[in-house]
Amino acid sequence: MSDQLKLYEVFVRSRRGLDHKHVGSLHADDPEQALEYARDVYTRRGEGVSLWVVAAGDITASQESDCDSFYDPLDDKPYRHAAMYDLPEGIDSL
Amino acid sequence: MSENVIAMPNEEKFQARVDAEQKIEPKDWMPERYRQTLIRQISQHAHSEVIGEQPEGNWITRAPSLERKAILLAKVQDEAGHGLYLYAAAETLGITREELIDRLHTGASKYASIFNYPSLTWADVGAIGWLVDSAAIVNQVSLQNTSYGPYARAMVRICKEESFHQRQGYNIMMTLMQGNEQQRAMAQDALDRWWWPSLMMFGPHDGESAHSAQSMKWKIKRRSNDDLRQQYVDQAVQQALAIGLKVPDPALAWNEERGHYDFGDIDWEEFERVVNGNGPCNRQRLAHHLEAHAEGAWVREAMACYDKKRRSRRHDAA
Repeated sequence: MSDQLKLYEVFVRSRRGLDHKHVGSLHADDPEQALEYARDVYTRRGEGVSLWVVAAGDITASQESDCDSFYDPLDDKPYRHAAMYDLPEGIDSL
Repeated sequence: MSENVIAMPNEEKFQARVDAEQKIEPKDWMPERYRQTLIRQISQHAHSEVIGEQPEGNWITRAPSLERKAILLAKVQDEAGHGLYLYAAAETLGITREELIDRLHTGASKYASIFNYPSLTWADVGAIGWLVDSAAIVNQVSLQNTSYGPYARAMVRICKEESFHQRQGYNIMMTLMQGNEQQRAMAQDALDRWWWPSLMMFGPHDGESAHSAQSMKWKIKRRSNDDLRQQYVDQAVQQALAIGLKVPDPALAWNEERGHYDFGDIDWEEFERVVNGNGPCNRQRLAHHLEAHAEGAWVREAMACYDKKRRSRRHDAA
């Protein structure tokens, strides 16, 4: 049985309006079983209105070692942040 | 953290990350011993949850009221769920459920030695929920900050669910202490038998623990065994006194200077005996697990058959 067991990552939306959060992983034979197991393991206190299970193999992830070239620029453009700009006193609507 | 961190050798980068309180995730490089230490610790934690269902499961049909039955059933179900979180966390490290269960069955893996004691009376259910779960919570709250991501997150989830466990246990003891002479004696007797084993749950004094230093360096372990044990004693003694129970330790005394309770010496010979297979229930606990596993084989086979049938139906329909 374990030859067929696939790794699934589990995402839960705890309330309408929130996004799905990654909560962990599990092994299952197929997507339907993964969904049932995800319900049993990751929503034990009813903390979900929506459950997604994704086969780990279907996830394309960034690599840590690509950080520099993949994410450039990170923080060398301070003018992209509101805090850089001074305002006259009393103005709080900008 | 320095920009050159990517260029560092793996071991240094790993330690720098740990020192900076960053989490290690499944795909990160990690020292092989870090991986093996975690597989051992997380899986033994998982086994403890599952084996721990036995002493309490023993009383479900004999709990004194429907409400107590429902509560105990919910608690035991929670323990099964906690086992599942932990097995899932252990499996992120590159080991299968089958291997983990196999190690439990052969004795290669251990579980918390506290569960090798018998639950002799209804008051034991109270003592277990109150003392054992309280001790577990002290340990698990600390582990919420462990360096391995999946283990830390499992701890956060478990801690949220564990609070009702200790409260229902304490509530049982409180109710018994408000009862007749026999009920109060039963509660006191259960405390007498579970007190010292609960202190042993925190493990040997740190000076004598081989694994402690490396575990602390890798931030798998965040606080020392003695530290955690002291916190537990301070809390539990206060709780015992509040309901009129006497802690079975003649050396127990509040130390004003330290701001903590002083307590007597633990019988480490008993701990060694029990953890190495010669406690009152070791053989029974493992035999029960083996039996449940064997008796459940038909369920696993049926599921495998059903999945195969469903896959071929889907294939035909495609």
